[in-house]
Amino acid sequence: MKYKTPLVEIKNLYKSYRRGSQIIPVLENITFDIEDGEFLALMGPSGSGKSTLLNLIAGIDTFDSGIIKVGGVDIAALSETELAQWRSTNVGFIFQFYNLIPVLTAFGNVELPLLLTRLSRKERREHVETALRIVNLPDRMSHYPGQLSGGQQQRVAIARAVVTDPTIIVADEPTGDLDRVSAKEVLELMCRLNVEFGKTIIMVTHDPHAAEKARTIKHLEKGILNAHNQARL
Amino acid sequence: MHIIKLVFKNTFRHKLRTSLTILGIVIVILAFGLLRTVVSAWYAGVEASSASRLVTRNSISLVFPLPISYRDKIRQINGVKLVSYGNWFGGNYIDEKNFFANFAVEPASYLELYPEYILPSNQKAAFLHDRKAAIAGQKLATKYGWSIGDTITLKGTIFFGNWEFVLRGIYRGKDKSTDETQFFFHWNYLNETLKKTMPRRADQPGFYLVGVSNPNLAEEVAVSLDKTFKNSLAETLTETEKAFQLSFVSMSEAIVVAIQLVSFVVIVIIMAVLANTMAMTARERIGEYAVLKTLGFGGWHIAALIFGESLFIVMIGCTIGIAFTFPIAKVFGNTMGTYFPVFNVATKTIYLDVVVSLFVGAVAAVIPTWRAIKIRIADGLRRIG
Repeated sequence: MKYKTPLVEIKNLYKSYRRGSQIIPVLENITFDIEDGEFLALMGPSGSGKSTLLNLIAGIDTFDSGIIKVGGVDIAALSETELAQWRSTNVGFIFQFYNLIPVLTAFGNVELPLLLTRLSRKERREHVETALRIVNLPDRMSHYPGQLSGGQQQRVAIARAVVTDPTIIVADEPTGDLDRVSAKEVLELMCRLNVEFGKTIIMVTHDPHAAEKARTIKHLEKGILNAHNQARL
Repeated sequence: MHIIKLVFKNTFRHKLRTSLTILGIVIVILAFGLLRTVVSAWYAGVEASSASRLVTRNSISLVFPLPISYRDKIRQINGVKLVSYGNWFGGNYIDEKNFFANFAVEPASYLELYPEYILPSNQKAAFLHDRKAAIAGQKLATKYGWSIGDTITLKGTIFFGNWEFVLRGIYRGKDKSTDETQFFFHWNYLNETLKKTMPRRADQPGFYLVGVSNPNLAEEVAVSLDKTFKNSLAETLTETEKAFQLSFVSMSEAIVVAIQLVSFVVIVIIMAVLANTMAMTARERIGEYAVLKTLGFGGWHIAALIFGESLFIVMIGCTIGIAFTFPIAKVFGNTMGTYFPVFNVATKTIYLDVVVSLFVGAVAAVIPTWRAIKIRIADGLRRIG
């Protein structure tokens, strides 16, 4: 589904953490849009708030004030249950440490998000096989995460992220735990998802080589969006 | 279905930890089952007692006898159907270690009052016609390797001397709760001998056993029986067989209470052990729960995983524990011999094992589940790596 308005709208977003009596601001007055089909890289030094911003867009953390709309849905207005349901259909997650369930095979891990849908067993199998084919791991279906390399595990995680055909894919340092070759493969795969399948991807990274693959790069520093953001391509 | 699969796989992720926890549960279920069976065994006499039987003894104490002349007077009381009598003999077989209950009883009336002691008719006839005859329960006969026709010598501790009996019958219990470890012989044999050796102690049964025509009349009969002998030289105290048995148990009530307390303490201990296992498990998997929540799984799914694992572990332990309870109780019962004449694992004990296990499994999972559900996804994800 293509959106005429921006896919993600962020307006006057504030987020802070409380440590005892101290309030630590993390994000301050963040405002920007993400178009449908975008591949955005969020960069910045450690503690700049980029992962927090990603979590807020993905609906796994709450903010103090402001607005985040994804596909026209004001996610702050959703209850916990509604938000969980919303995430299951609209957001695909890719984590730095893959976060696969070690006791499930690659197939089982990719199938996990589909268990919350009404798809039949046969339909689920078809979806999982397709996703694993996209990440070029159809022959590793019955392997457990421990039997796969880091790069392969991350590709399984990508398959899990796309299997529900989500509106956006959020990736937090997806190459942070990989060697150069595996990192390159994962980035190429993400590019393919963006170009061939039109997936909107928001990626947090501190690696300039990874960021180069994105169409747009935004810099965060001390919770504030840097004025000179780069638009690529 | 997938949750069950995941619960099963999660359970055996830390094989050693799970195995040790299961072992702990097995031992606790065994201990709990055995302790409950000991308590049941303690009350076996009470459970086996009949509502239509009364026991009459000297109101001062069971140690003091009653005159034999009371027999006919008791028979005349309204509601009395049958009267038997006897004495606790207290003899030892070979030496003091071989303790078992042995009584001198009026055999015909006694066997009529206790239909639960099943004796083949030829053995019964042989027992009734021989003054020196005795009968023993199956368990007792098996324990000492006695067979019909054997001569058995008991060394008297109350009625001194060596007393020889010929085993004429071996009775079986009507059901599992019947005591098969007792030894009975003719009261007349004891009395006739006492007449010669200690005439002062002759013609004095230690107790009367009274069969009433209607169990509903038991209380009424007991009152009128005691009234009959009021202000006599030997006043009586009559109570139902159940109350009589309970008065024995109450003497050792503190021990029973202690055993019951210990049986519940072991449950509390295993609850703490399992809760610790589940807390460690949930803490280790907090990142995975966060991932599942990220993917859209709700609190109920997380709760099902933790509760499922806790209940699965505890039920494996419970099943193995129950399976071992029966053979170990049998060995224990045989070892305890005549101290616990009836030592059977009751169905109620098994139900209690299951209920207690489910309770322990559920309680142990409460706090880990609450923590796993309450933790914010972002905080949970931070624990990975």
